[in-house]
Amino acid sequence: MALDDIYKEVILDHYKNPRNKREMPEATLRCSRNNPLCGDEITVFVLTEGEKVQEVAFLGQGCSISQSSASMMTEAVSGRPLEEVHRLIREFRGMMAGDVDPSEEELGDLVALRGVVKYPIRIKCAVLAWDVLQEALEGGTGEATGARPH
Amino acid sequence: MSVTRERSGALDVARIRADFPVLERTVGDKPLVYLDSAATSQKPRQVIEAEADFYAHHNANAHRGIYLLAEEATAMYEEARAKLARFIGAPDPACVVFTRGTTESVNLVAYAWARRELREGDEILLTEMEHHSNIVPWQLAARDTGAILRYIPLTDDGLLDLSDLGSLLTERTKLLAVTGMSNSLGTLPPIRELTRAAHAVGALVLVDGAQLVPHVPVDVTELDCDFLTISGHKMLGPTASGGLYAKRELLERMDAFLGGGHMIDEVFHDHATWNVVPYKFEAGTMNIAQEVALGAAIDYLEALGMDNVRAHEIELTGYALERLREVGARIFGPLDPGIRGGAISFWYKDVHPHDLATILNEEGIAIRAGHHCTQLVMRRYGVPATARASFYVYNTVEEVDALVEALAKAEAVFGV
Ligand SMILES: Cc1ncc(COP(=O)(O)O)c(C=O)c1O
Repeated sequence: MALDDIYKEVILDHYKNPRNKREMPEATLRCSRNNPLCGDEITVFVLTEGEKVQEVAFLGQGCSISQSSASMMTEAVSGRPLEEVHRLIREFRGMMAGDVDPSEEELGDLVALRGVVKYPIRIKCAVLAWDVLQEALEGGTGEATGARPH
Repeated sequence: MSVTRERSGALDVARIRADFPVLERTVGDKPLVYLDSAATSQKPRQVIEAEADFYAHHNANAHRGIYLLAEEATAMYEEARAKLARFIGAPDPACVVFTRGTTESVNLVAYAWARRELREGDEILLTEMEHHSNIVPWQLAARDTGAILRYIPLTDDGLLDLSDLGSLLTERTKLLAVTGMSNSLGTLPPIRELTRAAHAVGALVLVDGAQLVPHVPVDVTELDCDFLTISGHKMLGPTASGGLYAKRELLERMDAFLGGGHMIDEVFHDHATWNVVPYKFEAGTMNIAQEVALGAAIDYLEALGMDNVRAHEIELTGYALERLREVGARIFGPLDPGIRGGAISFWYKDVHPHDLATILNEEGIAIRAGHHCTQLVMRRYGVPATARASFYVYNTVEEVDALVEALAKAEAVFGV
């Protein structure tokens, strides 16, 4: 294993200069979740129009893998039809499960995260933003996973 | 820096290391540097062999059979109890109930004592530095009894803020549950003082000894605590070994915990009567081999001498704190090694603890990154997680150096 398998230039760039990292008041969908194991937090904002995902933004804090994955995700999915976004989510999950050879054409910068597969504990960091996006598209707000009274 | 290498003042570390088979292994092509003993300690050959020896030569259920093996197994199990009792200064082995560790011990008290004794409006006083295993069982007990939880807050430098203790600890307080040593800040709260103050208002005291007992000489008679929890796996023993110390009269008065075999005296159609203490709390087949091997871990620690164990850790912790601060790490917790243990939480520059742990792993260095089951501590200091290095008898100053040098790698990767 070599560190540059995981900490690729493009990952560090998205970590240091996150794209679309902002509150989006006009969002039609919004979902927050944290990873209780490590405290990483992501809120995803989605502006949908009919069957299209116009724009996605995020807020959050966490490690370079979770935050860069969120940043790259917002670029990858904005402006795409819902159906394609769902396909991307499947493709990304497949890549992180190690059973899909990612197509650079589909995933763009996101293929840089492929190296994380070798660090099983960190896979959940990479997938966090995608879990939140999927939950948002399914109408979830993430509150059910938060401070649920027992 | 005038720090003795290899042989610290108090312990012959090179010789100790030779007893730990896992320390011979490598991570990739780097020697393992294990700095996560606060999560679980490594095990010396003597402990591994004691467990294997039990299975190879003496295995039978304890307190059951009338044949030789069963007698041997029972005697070994009870000998381990006597060792654990002596190790913590308990007056009588019957004051020690075997459990799987601190989590089970706290739950035992929360069921068998708290649910019987607490009434609506009674208060349980905790601290903001407790491990979740000394919070959540009390939340559940409070939910069932109507009791109220209160917390002793923390100061900016990682100590208990006792300035308002008088209004937190009152005649409404029935129990003070406090850690003997914080697993995320390293802090050693003033247990003797707290016990005195709690008893003065009629409250009992439970000390979470998960970190304290492995690292500091403990005498429950002198501490005068009412309950002390012990995690064997953090003190060179097997996983799921450990126990609960309680004053005998409390154990006598408490309700049963788990129902089942061996914890009973007589069973009728509609009720049962309980076995004597401590067996009243040991239902079903216990971790016999593990508790026997915990006895071997205690022999090992006693041969080193707990005063020496503590002295070695003060030395390593002092050195590590100094080096980490030199390179600009932010330390969470007290800076004086005399009032803290060897679990050091820190942030290095702006490198997220997860990223730091991954980078250190490439150097063979095992540290913990996360909230360490102390989310109230993380919230208090405004961080989602910390990196934590923690030491035990086998760690060296060279390993501290390796840690500090590896931080430079993180700096190189992240350009911070
Ligand atoms: C202070 C403290 N309390 C409780 C626990 C829980 O102990 P165990 O996992 O042995 O039940 C730990 C360790 O994880 C700890 O460090």
